[in-house]
Parts: sequence; structure tokens; C-alpha cells
Amino acid sequence: MTITADERVADVGLARRLLIRPELGAVVGLVVVFVFFAAQSPVFRSPAGIANWLDPAATLGIMAVAVALLMIGGEFDLSAGVLTGTSGLILVTLATRFGFSVWPAMLVGLVVALGVGFANGLIVTRTKLPSFIVTLGTFLMLQGVNLGVTKAITGTVQVSGLRRAPGFEGANAIFAGTVEIGGTSFRVAILWWILVTAGATWVLMRSTAGNWIFAVGGNEQAARAVGVPAARTKIALFMTTAFAAWLVGSILALRYTSVQANIGIGQEFIYIIAAVIGGCLLTGGYGSAIGAAIGAVIFGMADKGIVFLGWDADWFKFFLGAMLLLATLANRLVRRYAEEVRH
Amino acid sequence: MILETRGIGKTFGSVLALRDVSMGVRAGEVTCVLGDNGAGKSTLIKILAGVHQHDAGTLLVDGQEVRFASPRDALDRGIATVYQDLAMIPLMSVWRNFFLGSEPKKGLAFDVAKARRVAREELRAMGIDIRDVDQPVGTLSGGERQSVAIARAVHFGARVLILDEPTSALGVKQAGVVLRYIARARDRGLGVVFITHNPHHAYPVGDRFLLLNRGAGLGEYGKADITPQELTALMAGGAELEELAHELKRE
Repeated sequence: MTITADERVADVGLARRLLIRPELGAVVGLVVVFVFFAAQSPVFRSPAGIANWLDPAATLGIMAVAVALLMIGGEFDLSAGVLTGTSGLILVTLATRFGFSVWPAMLVGLVVALGVGFANGLIVTRTKLPSFIVTLGTFLMLQGVNLGVTKAITGTVQVSGLRRAPGFEGANAIFAGTVEIGGTSFRVAILWWILVTAGATWVLMRSTAGNWIFAVGGNEQAARAVGVPAARTKIALFMTTAFAAWLVGSILALRYTSVQANIGIGQEFIYIIAAVIGGCLLTGGYGSAIGAAIGAVIFGMADKGIVFLGWDADWFKFFLGAMLLLATLANRLVRRYAEEVRH
Repeated sequence: MILETRGIGKTFGSVLALRDVSMGVRAGEVTCVLGDNGAGKSTLIKILAGVHQHDAGTLLVDGQEVRFASPRDALDRGIATVYQDLAMIPLMSVWRNFFLGSEPKKGLAFDVAKARRVAREELRAMGIDIRDVDQPVGTLSGGERQSVAIARAVHFGARVLILDEPTSALGVKQAGVVLRYIARARDRGLGVVFITHNPHHAYPVGDRFLLLNRGAGLGEYGKADITPQELTALMAGGAELEELAHELKRE
């Protein structure tokens, strides 16, 4: 009895098990893009080059992973990009204009960001409005606040001078420093990104909350009927995205020591695209954190690779669109194949 | 009686969805709730499941009056409900679905190995033959899905199993499979409330039959008191059927 049942499991095979992983499309894309650029540019494949394209991958990846969790939970957050700006602006403004040292200023930024995430989540779960609309509202409001408040305080559209604030050195080392590995310096943001990806993967695959995230995204009513706290799960997801926005906003503010009031606008779609390339379904209930992280690497490679090849940077947008289409098609084919054969 | 209603009723605004319905279910018995569309079956089970609160009559668990605050509240008293359409999450694996909302823990983590093992064992104990507990529920047939949901409720110590039209969307063979699991759950000592509009599914497995029509009970019958023909006639409204037969007769 046991043996017959197990035999049928065995012939599913390793290949099939790999094929039905949501990140497969992204892995294929990763290899193709890497080979494409590495073949033509020796700089691209050098350790320094790798450190170079891993850096944009890291800051994008932290956001893409958080957005992927939210998308698996069945929601969008269009305010995530602008919220990185809000967090950075709060940090720099408080530290340069109001006498805060860097750490308390970061703490205030965190509280505000989590508050925005909580508000997003609360409005979405209470009103049952599509999160696309709700967070589009927060997106526009934050965009207005970022510009309006910055102009009112500084008279310009940027705040700068974080370097002189007390506590800058320590915070800078932790969030915006570099690490020497084999003579090449890598941005410390890469470590944060790996940490966030590992944490998110553990939560998704090995925690109770992960089961709830898949469930509320797959079928919220069914999840609630078996006792899953759907509203709490979704609010926590919005707050996770907000936390990631705060982390990235702080990293960028500490790195450049100044923040433009319009930073982050338009990034929200890049996060979603990276998550989709990584295998997330737009309809929720399916996807992977590692996939989103790989999606971010593809972006980092293309972003820097185009520069290394000496192409016009405008081609990046074309590349973006093509990647998105190809990845979505590949993911769909793979999933259909996996489900067909299983019958 | 594990679960009993006495003269229970529910209104939504000006709509009388349910009035004066009395029924009960004992351990190791199947109570069938029969009625046409709009008879009040859904309202009744939603009250039993804790989704709605009744506003007339009394609801009793083990002879004690209760009022469920939520579906969780009903679950905690051992009353599990398997809904026709929202029983399972298609993109999630069988074992993830099986433990959804009541995940086994190992420290802070979800004990994935245990979840896989127990899901496989429980399904086998119910005689449900599923190739691979890692496959997404969306790839199971309708009957298999209902069966997994029933096995899940049994595993989590349900004393009463409420099944909302588990056979209505299924073909003859698949419906037979589900009826067999209903019988198996009954044999394991559960009380089963089986909602259906098909007397041919209800009669073979049922011990008691509650008939609903337009939100009111037409009486509760033991198996000895009613024949399948009477059941069918009562359900369709005997007079209406005769009228229909007359109407359809060749001139």
C-alpha cells in the first residue's frame, strides 16, 4: 500500500519538481542575460563589475522581495517607491534641520513608514477596495507631501548635508558602507538584500504566516473560513513593504547624504515587474521571494551592462519591457505544463 | 443530540430567510437537509457554522444553548463546515491546504515535515488515494477536493461535520465517492449534516431528513417514516410536481 503510493510520487521526477518552481523563468532569464553581457564585456564579468551591478540589484531587490510577499498575498502597493523617498527625506530633514542625531531620525522615519503601511492595509482590508486604487491614493498624497514639505522647509526640492549630523559615521557603515571581499569592495546593501531574501523565503516556506500569505492571496474567503486571520496577514504585509521602503530609503539617504524630493516615483512599477519576472502571479496566491530577488539581479545586470557595452541608456526601458513579456510567457507555459502532466 | 436547533429563524432586513426550523444531529448519524434553491439551506448552515447569528429560536450544542460569535467559535466547539465552492485553495499543495489555519508548530516554525506526513496518513486512513500531497489542490478532481476537506475536518477533531452541497457539482461516480466518505466519517462517530437538493444522494446515506421550503421546515423525518418517493415528492412540492406532469402531458 505504502509502496504503490510512493512509486507514483517517484515518477514525478526531479525535473518536474524543478519545473514547477515559480522562480524557474527568472533563473533562465538570469543565465541568458548574464551570458549575453559577460560575453561582450570583460568588465561585466570581473569582480569589480559584479560588485557594480549587484548594487542596484540589492536596493531594488529588497523592495522587490517585500512587494513579492504582498503580491502573493493578493495585493499591490503603488506607494512603496515614494515611501522610500519619504523615509529618506524624514531622516535627512530631521538630522540636518531639527538637530536630531541620525539614529533617532531613522527611528522616526521607521515609525512614519510603518504607519503608512498600516494605513494602507487597514483601508484595504476594511473597505475591500482594490489595493491598486487605495495605494494609488497614498502614492499621490505622499508625492505631494514629499515635495510640499521639502519646499516649505528648504525652499528647494532637496535636502542635503547628512554627513555633518551626529551618528552619521556609524549608521553609514551599517547601511551604506562597503565590505572588502578578495580585494573588491561590495556595498553592504547587498548583505541586507541577502538577509531580507533569506528571511522572506523562510517566512513563506517554513512559517505559519507563509501559509497564510499564500492562502489570503489564493482565496481570501476560503482562508478566512478555516480561521486564517486574513486582515491581520494583509496589514502585516503592507507594513513589511513599508519597512523595506524605510530600509532602502535610509540606505540611499546615508549613501548620498542628500535626498531629492521626487525620489522613488516610478520605482513602484519596477518592483512589481521584478516580482512578476520572479514568478509572482498578478492575481496573487503564487510566487517566490528568491524569484523576485533574481528578477532584481536581472535588472541590475541590464542597468549596468548596457552602460558597460557603451549603449545608449534609453535601451534599458526596451529591455525591461521585453524581459517582462518573456518572463510572464515563460512562467505561464511552465505552470501549464506542470499542471497538465500531473493529471 | 450534539447539535440542535429549536424554532430557529433569521431575517435579512425585510426578508424572512428562515423561520421556525427545528432539527438535530446525533453522533454517528447523518441528518440530511433537503430543499430546492432558495429554501433557506444556506442560511441554516451559515447559522450552524457561526457565519450568521440567528435572531429567533435557540441553538444548542450538547444540550446547552449557545450563540456562535464567529466560524472559529463554532470550530472550537467541534463543528466543522465544508463549503461547496470555497473549501480549498487551488494553487496551494494538498498538505498546505490540509493544515491551513491550524498549522503544526515546531518552535516558531511551521512543522512542514510533520504536516506532509500527517496529511498523507490521514488521507490514507479515510481511504482517499492521492498521488502526491505536494500537488496543487487545483489539479484534483471535485470529488477528491471534497474528500480532502472531509478528511481535514475529521483530523481536526470535528464532532459535527456540515457539508454544503458536496455532491451537487459532481458526476454520478464522483458523487458516489463523496457519499462513501460521508459514510466513513459517520462510522468514525461524527455527526454529519448533509445539505443537498438531491434526494437520491440523501436517502441512501441519511438517518434523518429535514425538508425546507421557502425558509420554513416541512418537518423532520426518520428513515423509517419516509420512502425515497415520498421524500422526492415532498421536496419538489408534491402538488407542483403533479401539476407539472399534467402540463407536460401530451394532448
